[in-house]
Amino acid sequence: MTVIQEAASRRIARAEELRKPRSPWADAFRQLLQNRLATAAGVFIVLLVLVAIFAPFVAPFPYDKTAFGKGYASPGQYGFILGTDYLGRDLLSRVIYGARVSLSVAFVAAAVSLTVGITYGTISGYAGGQVDNIMMRIVDFLYGLPVLIVVILMQVYFKAVSRHEGVTGLMAWLSSIDQSLGGLFFVFIALGLFNWIGMARIARGQVLSYKEHEFVQAARAVGVTTPRIIWRHLLPNIIGPCIVSETLAMPGYILTEAFLSYIGLGANPPTPSWGIMINEGYKGLRSYPHVILVPAVALSLTVLAFNFLGDGLRDALDPRLRE
Amino acid sequence: MTKYIIRRIIWSIPVLLALLLAVFLLMRAIPGGPFDFAGEKSLPAATRRNLERKYGLDKPLATQFINYLGSIVLHGDLGPTFRQPGRTVNDIVGESFPISAQLGLMAIGLALIIGIPAGIIAALNHNTWADYLASFLAILGVSIPALVLGPILVWLFSLKLHWLPVALWGAKPPFILGFIAIPTKTFLEHAALPVIALGTSLAASIARLTRASLLQVVREDYIRTARAKGLRDRVVIIRHALKNGLIPVVTVLGPMFAGVVTGTVVIEAIFALPGMGKYFVQSIGNRDYPLIMGVTLIYAVLLVFSNLLVDITYAWLDPRIRYS
Repeated sequence: MTVIQEAASRRIARAEELRKPRSPWADAFRQLLQNRLATAAGVFIVLLVLVAIFAPFVAPFPYDKTAFGKGYASPGQYGFILGTDYLGRDLLSRVIYGARVSLSVAFVAAAVSLTVGITYGTISGYAGGQVDNIMMRIVDFLYGLPVLIVVILMQVYFKAVSRHEGVTGLMAWLSSIDQSLGGLFFVFIALGLFNWIGMARIARGQVLSYKEHEFVQAARAVGVTTPRIIWRHLLPNIIGPCIVSETLAMPGYILTEAFLSYIGLGANPPTPSWGIMINEGYKGLRSYPHVILVPAVALSLTVLAFNFLGDGLRDALDPRLRE
Repeated sequence: MTKYIIRRIIWSIPVLLALLLAVFLLMRAIPGGPFDFAGEKSLPAATRRNLERKYGLDKPLATQFINYLGSIVLHGDLGPTFRQPGRTVNDIVGESFPISAQLGLMAIGLALIIGIPAGIIAALNHNTWADYLASFLAILGVSIPALVLGPILVWLFSLKLHWLPVALWGAKPPFILGFIAIPTKTFLEHAALPVIALGTSLAASIARLTRASLLQVVREDYIRTARAKGLRDRVVIIRHALKNGLIPVVTVLGPMFAGVVTGTVVIEAIFALPGMGKYFVQSIGNRDYPLIMGVTLIYAVLLVFSNLLVDITYAWLDPRIRYS
């Protein structure tokens, strides 16, 4: 009796739930939650963001506090949970502060790429004609540039200028901002300058396919203004694929920053970028492999999490892929 | 088709020119010149002026740039190096480029040999353990950067097991046809770790792409037709599905090639290989203008022409593109 009642009430609840109007976003979110790996990845990233924000409270030591004579401590030695690096700096604290570097690069670059790319792509696609033609030629031109090479050269320029004493004016001001951000400001600029290009192409393609749809024509017919059509009717439709591709691009930003820092063109020491930590750890690889292991695991796990989340988002936001 | 190729080649010239000009201006905008060493090693002003005159650094920027372009276009001469007396940029590029090319090509080869079959196996066994395993390994492979994989490989295979050398390259010029090394034991031993470190993520992304694209293609009507004709599964996949399924793989080969080129910079730094990437990073620190520009130009030409090659292949595979 009770079993049957229970089953019946559960079925009613389910039916009511199905009847409830659901927005496509809620739908996608439910879909995402069903993907366990993507959910775990999302939780990991949220935790990592929290750790990065509250780094001063989470980390047991300041990232640049050296302990003389306690260099290359093993995990657990002298009370350093993950050991220390060659200067006796606590690896756990450094890897925690390193999350700030990686995540801020990932999110700032993604934000720039999304805003600039979508704005550019939407204008180009919606305007069409000669405007579209010229705007896309510019994109084609930039697309042909070897981005990492250009980014390396720009970083060289920025680094040299910020270390030079006699610089005045705009560059001096930018350099002072860069100094206060531990050398990351110029990484933001270099990444932001080029990574909107792919996004502009995606956004334009999406706008082109949607702007001839009936609902856009209907909106135009009843006299909705162009900005409002773009904002209310086109943007909600094109944002999905843009976010997916941006999430999948974020590991690339993280890896670029790590690489730049590895070769000495990213964050300024003692700012603990994972790339710098890997570089420092590599020097002691033979005798102290744990020093490189800590940032290596952190970097790999973070990139893995973004990849899982991106894959999950793509499956959730693109109904065609559902089976 | 010819018209399309010509148009694409012409289009790549302004890209290269603009890049060279940008590099040129950027390098000159950096405060300080190549000959003002700081501290005790600083040169007397007269010596420095003489050096600058010798290398034409006292001329106006525009003249310098035009002279530089002229010597490249007319003589294929990339100029002298500032920091390694007696050697030209051509010498250094000629020595180091083959090593980078060997590394990159072997990594691409490894990636294709592993990636495509893995993707096919995963797609054929869709939603079975083989698919899950391949997909998991692939996403793992994409996520572990060379920066991490390289040191791990060195630690395991060189320092712990003592199977393979820690660093350096096992072949020296002259090479067959300028870039093919004789696969001796030393060469293969030295190449193993760098090639795996560079090739793993490529193999993984090719496997992912092949799988996704094959899964999409096998749903098409013409595949159902082929099956309905009673063709065997293997024939349907290899003769019918793969042809279309590999188009997306070809299209990412361009960006992938760019990844390989820049990837060699990372790998060469990790394994201390005497390739072009090493000189690139080194020359930037030394402000050796002609070397920076020479290496950048080679990289740029490589990337621009690989993109061109991919576009042409793509247009050849998919006739709709040619006519747009």
